[in-house]
Amino acid sequence: MKYIDEYRNKEIVLGLAEEIKKISTKKIRLMEVCGGHTMSIQKFGLPYLLPENVELISGPGCPVCVTSREFIDKAIVYSRMEDVIITTYGDLIRVPGSFSSLDQEKAKGADVRIVYSILDALMIAKKNRTKKVIFLGIGFETTAPASAAGILKARMAGLSNFYVYSAHKVMPPAMDTLIDEGVQIDGYIGPGHVSTITGEGIYMDIPKKYGLGVVISGFEPVDLMQSILMLVKQLEANDPKVEIQYKRVVKPEGNIKAQQMLDEVFTYGDDWWRGLGVLANSGLKIRDTYSMHDAEVQIPVKVAPPKEPKGCLCGEILKGVKKPKDCKLFAKVCTPSNPIGACMVSNEGSCAAYYLYNR
Amino acid sequence: MCLSIPAKVEEINGEMAICSVGKSNYEASLQMIEFEDVKVGDYVLIHTGFAIQKLDAEEAEASLRTFDEFKELNNALDDEEKIDGKRIV
Ligand code: SF4
Repeated sequence: MKYIDEYRNKEIVLGLAEEIKKISTKKIRLMEVCGGHTMSIQKFGLPYLLPENVELISGPGCPVCVTSREFIDKAIVYSRMEDVIITTYGDLIRVPGSFSSLDQEKAKGADVRIVYSILDALMIAKKNRTKKVIFLGIGFETTAPASAAGILKARMAGLSNFYVYSAHKVMPPAMDTLIDEGVQIDGYIGPGHVSTITGEGIYMDIPKKYGLGVVISGFEPVDLMQSILMLVKQLEANDPKVEIQYKRVVKPEGNIKAQQMLDEVFTYGDDWWRGLGVLANSGLKIRDTYSMHDAEVQIPVKVAPPKEPKGCLCGEILKGVKKPKDCKLFAKVCTPSNPIGACMVSNEGSCAAYYLYNR
Repeated sequence: MCLSIPAKVEEINGEMAICSVGKSNYEASLQMIEFEDVKVGDYVLIHTGFAIQKLDAEEAEASLRTFDEFKELNNALDDEEKIDGKRIV
């Protein structure tokens, strides 16, 4: 397939690996902060192609993984309401909450529907005017504009029975916090699809403030190896900066139209991340102007303070200080068919990626 | 979640497009990009039902060309290395 096969060319990947070996002299740790990268890196076995002194670690880049149990618990309470239809991306449905999962509720008769796009959720709202249709909005800057577009469309079409429950988050506060907290990293493999929307501007502080480089990378093995090479070159030359490897998609200014939609519908608020806690201005909240479509405002619910599962290291793994294999439950008690923590559920989660490709 | 796929635009109907990936077809909204610029045959990146960017064919080819050059350079360096046993990178 065009734009895929060329970037999976084995010869090029090996050539890049060779190049990295030749020029890298320092012991370095590079962090990827996108679940898609985590998956590719494990799937294509990239760590095994790198010299010993170059280590890759995963950060908080899997949206399902960083989402709080409270969010899941509230979604479950919503799903138990008679007149509610829950619409969600597939990743979320099997995530265990404190007392159930959406999947279990569905089996018990709740109306929970997996959609591929928020546009499908709008259709459901249109066809079921007597029901309240709640869309669970999770994801980073890549996914949030779709939620904004959905809310704008609902407003235009007068779909007063359509609501978004937003746990959307933005990446930069998490990337700063990891460094502030002293997690040992020497550079970031920047998230390609977040950057497609935001452009490179959001990372400019990282070289300036922390002296770390960021290379915005594509998702195929050639992309990732090239990005690693670019970071190695920066490190060898002591020249940290923001660079774009994924130029066929990421423009320096990003996608302005999507940014405008985001800004129209959302504003920043504090939000909780698994592993990192509450980070200032890291969440996207629906603006008052659109509160008629905000599930939290229109259908407020309360849940008991959530409990994290015992023994689960998901939080530490998301911070890059532990690896899935450090968890005693990994691949024994906790498997993709019986996930204990969120990191095993989504295929972008580190535990799931290790389970599938690197056990 | 953050997965997006490069898809070929097959048909455009106003704000919506039919796009193909291999043999599968997807419907995608073009409202998030400058859809006046999108033509049938272009490649777009689709994420959760929205095209979020047009693929830049020139950039894609340019970066693949770099690899060719770099392969040649590498070979040349290897040959040199064989002769003088030194390598400058
Ligand atoms: S293997 Fe399961 S229990 Fe262990 S950290 Fe991962 S998700 Fe949590």
